[in-house]
Amino acid sequence: MTEKYIDYETDVLIIGAGGAGLRAAIAAYDSGVRVTVVSKSLLGKAHTVMAEGGIAASLGNLDKQDNWEVHFNDTVVEGVYISNWRMAELLAREAPDRVYELEEYGALFDRTPEGKISQRAFGAHTYRRLCHVGDRTGLELIKTLEDQVLHRDVKFFDELYITKLLKNGDKVIGAVGLKLNSGEFYVFRAKAVIVATGGCGRIYKITSNSWESTGDGLGLAFNAGAELMDMEMIQFHPTGMVYPPGVRGLLVTEGVRGDGGILLNSEGERFMLRYSPKKKDLDARDIVARANYAEIMAGRGTPHGGVYLDITHKGADYIKTKLPSMYAQFKDFAGVDITKEKMEVAPTVHYQMGGIKVDPDTTRTNVNGLFAAGEVASGLHGGNRLGGNSLADILVFGRRSGLGASDYSKNATFQEPSKTDIENEIARVKSFMKQDARNPYEIIEELSQNMSDNVGIIRTETNLQKALITILELKGAASSVGVRGDLKYNKGLLACLEIPNMLIAAEAIVRGALTRKESRGAHARSDFPKKDPKLKKNIIYKRMGDEMKLELRDVPEMPENLKKLVDPEEY
Amino acid sequence: MGKITLSIYRRDPAVDAEGKFVDYEVPTEDGMVVLDAVKYVETNIDPTLSLRWNCKAGKCGSCSAEINYKPSLMCKTKIDTLGDHIRVAPMGAFPLIKDLVTDVSANWDLLKKIPIFTPRKDEPKPWIIAQIDIERSKEFKTCIECFLCQDVCHVVREHSGSGYFGPRHIVKAASADMHPLDTIDRSEFLDASAGLGYCNITKCCTEVCPEGIHITDNAIIPEKERAVNAFYDPISIIVRSRRKKKEAKNNGKQ
Ligand SMILES: Cc1cc2nc3c(=O)[nH]c(=O)nc-3n(C[C@H](O)[C@H](O)[C@H](O)COP(=O)(O)OP(=O)(O)OC[C@H]3O[C@@H](n4cnc5c(N)ncnc54)[C@H](O)[C@@H]3O)c2cc1C
Ligand code: SF4
Ligand code: SF4
Ligand code: FES
Repeated sequence: MTEKYIDYETDVLIIGAGGAGLRAAIAAYDSGVRVTVVSKSLLGKAHTVMAEGGIAASLGNLDKQDNWEVHFNDTVVEGVYISNWRMAELLAREAPDRVYELEEYGALFDRTPEGKISQRAFGAHTYRRLCHVGDRTGLELIKTLEDQVLHRDVKFFDELYITKLLKNGDKVIGAVGLKLNSGEFYVFRAKAVIVATGGCGRIYKITSNSWESTGDGLGLAFNAGAELMDMEMIQFHPTGMVYPPGVRGLLVTEGVRGDGGILLNSEGERFMLRYSPKKKDLDARDIVARANYAEIMAGRGTPHGGVYLDITHKGADYIKTKLPSMYAQFKDFAGVDITKEKMEVAPTVHYQMGGIKVDPDTTRTNVNGLFAAGEVASGLHGGNRLGGNSLADILVFGRRSGLGASDYSKNATFQEPSKTDIENEIARVKSFMKQDARNPYEIIEELSQNMSDNVGIIRTETNLQKALITILELKGAASSVGVRGDLKYNKGLLACLEIPNMLIAAEAIVRGALTRKESRGAHARSDFPKKDPKLKKNIIYKRMGDEMKLELRDVPEMPENLKKLVDPEEY
Repeated sequence: MGKITLSIYRRDPAVDAEGKFVDYEVPTEDGMVVLDAVKYVETNIDPTLSLRWNCKAGKCGSCSAEINYKPSLMCKTKIDTLGDHIRVAPMGAFPLIKDLVTDVSANWDLLKKIPIFTPRKDEPKPWIIAQIDIERSKEFKTCIECFLCQDVCHVVREHSGSGYFGPRHIVKAASADMHPLDTIDRSEFLDASAGLGYCNITKCCTEVCPEGIHITDNAIIPEKERAVNAFYDPISIIVRSRRKKKEAKNNGKQ
């Protein structure tokens, strides 16, 4: 039987319309190629919209001493020396230009008394460095880019879910997708494809992430032969809401601590003085998250199993102007007035530092024609991401990927995808439409509970082995899921399609965590509590047949001129 | 733990001539919002239910619906404010795709038509802007494009032929107009092409905005006034044209 689909041709196909995808679209379009963007949710609604605290860029508007070299050092040191130096260099050097450019696109940042862009303090940034729009920086970023994209001749398909990348030999040449509102299949033929699908936080039960973050890009790229890197590095943000149950995990921005909030245990002790006497509440996220966790485990937690975060001493006016959406969030969802009461917070899964391995300058992957940018790409953050570095990342490397893919596409030709590949893929998607199948949400529930229970903030060999067994079992069960109804706007079907990607992400995280027998950055093992010089390596994940193979690879050696800027690593 | 009855609108226009409300029994938890309840139905009772959400935090504007007849965000509406029988319907102003999901894409077609922010070319960089000068535009920038205001606006709902863009789009235009470095006056466009004249200032849009934007008072009325001044008031036409000339001259000097 021949399957029906809509055939579509474009020079550059961008999967994902978060900050990275939209910035890539602008760059690619402005360099003179035809650009198509697809996203699984509506335009302007991507996960990026949730970002709060700000964009890290060393403008030096408040602290004159700040410059790209300090930003570079902060990024490498807090990434615990396994981040890619070239990516850190590009980020630190280019972030200011990207912020000014965003302003010229129409974003209105908060100002200093002299009328410059205001910058707030954030964890482990040496100086006040985060350019912000109150605590809604992500909204401003995405709406600004959305406006720029709408006013260019960029083709946009929203609520279109990409299920597979198409290849010819060693090249990616397009993708297959399902348009949700019509239930029609699309085949995109493209000279270059950029994956900008964001993270995988939804594989955990308690997460700050939006529904989109199911690791789709990881699965798409991995299945197409791309290498993944450092997947074990999952960032727990120290402060997620804990109560009421429906908002568990919802983020409380680091801006609260940046603007003077302090952490307290149930005994009223400012415990960060014990864990980190110098940087205190504003140390890097791995350290503060583990401290919060330790206090809760030691029985010094709040009634709902968190610790307290207190900003009441700053006064109502200050709080309402600096943190308006946090004020509203606690008021609306928890019935707590944060100008008068303390917040209850606990660690929540927040960000994947690992992801698709890319070339720093062009964001190309090891597969021809395939590029990746944003949270789905890896290299920049190493073992721990600094707050604000992600929004800078999506602007700097979003733009670079647009340019990289556009350059590549100018020298590439269209290739006809194989009819069999297309038909097989459409048949695979349709195979989930069946009666009496297993409910996909059951598998997702089991997976996310397993990840939260066994692959959390402190890991052990025993728990990780347990987690791996469950994941392998779920992999077996994944094909037995299914839904009734039809192809049109069927979220249950979408869940069936997301599960294999979620399982690839989960398997990589667990296998990496088993391999990294040390504690470094976000990855902490109670059975190997120390950092090991022999493991100052990147872990690479590759698909071999149906297996996931891991390999340790040296972190690229930093050139002398950059080495001079970085505090030497201590063990 | 108690329970509620949730009446959810179900219809696939491709198959069903008419829609119907189906009742589901849902157990409740402390602090539960309508989205939690609807998702309970989706994950435990009927996975074929179509709904839209993304952030579950009131930040993305995806989960708009009519809850007990009032356009609201499902993720921001608490169950315990509504009693034990809750009615959830899709937004009525937009074509239905399926169940609670509507086709809101026309909004982006309108956004494309609004002249984009166009800064002064000769402004020395980096820009110096006083905080006080960004405040007016900032209010409009909090818009999450939930389109609840579009849904409630009777002009958009009942007079689709009027060509009125609707409150969200006036807010969008106002946010650019009130940017201190913008060079375009969109009030003329709003009046001539976006049907602003049809708005009769009933303020229903302002009432439903989950971001608390004073849509009518701060965006619509000022834009209407600017348009009226520009078009119909002979004195201000003269003043404006003089001011523009002066500005052009000053800009030329820099
Ligand atoms: C609450 C919160 C606050 C944050 N605050 C900050 C902050 O203050 N500063 C900071 O730097 N970072 C912050 N972050 C992190 C930052 O927001 C994200 O890392 C960043 O926005 C990721 O952007 P992205 O473009 O890579 O992906 P996303 O914004 O996640 O976009 C992914 C896109 O891919 C699409 N997609 C995914 N899969 C598919 C598929 N199969 N087919 C089609 N489309 C698909 C989605 O629809 C979406 O459009 C925060 C995160 C959260 C959750
Ligand atoms: S004030 Fe104007 S825009 Fe708002 S609902 Fe009334 S008619 Fe519509
Ligand atoms: S103005 Fe308010 S109601 Fe209208 S779309 Fe924006 S946030 Fe929603
Ligand atoms: S889900 Fe984002 S606003 Fe409700």
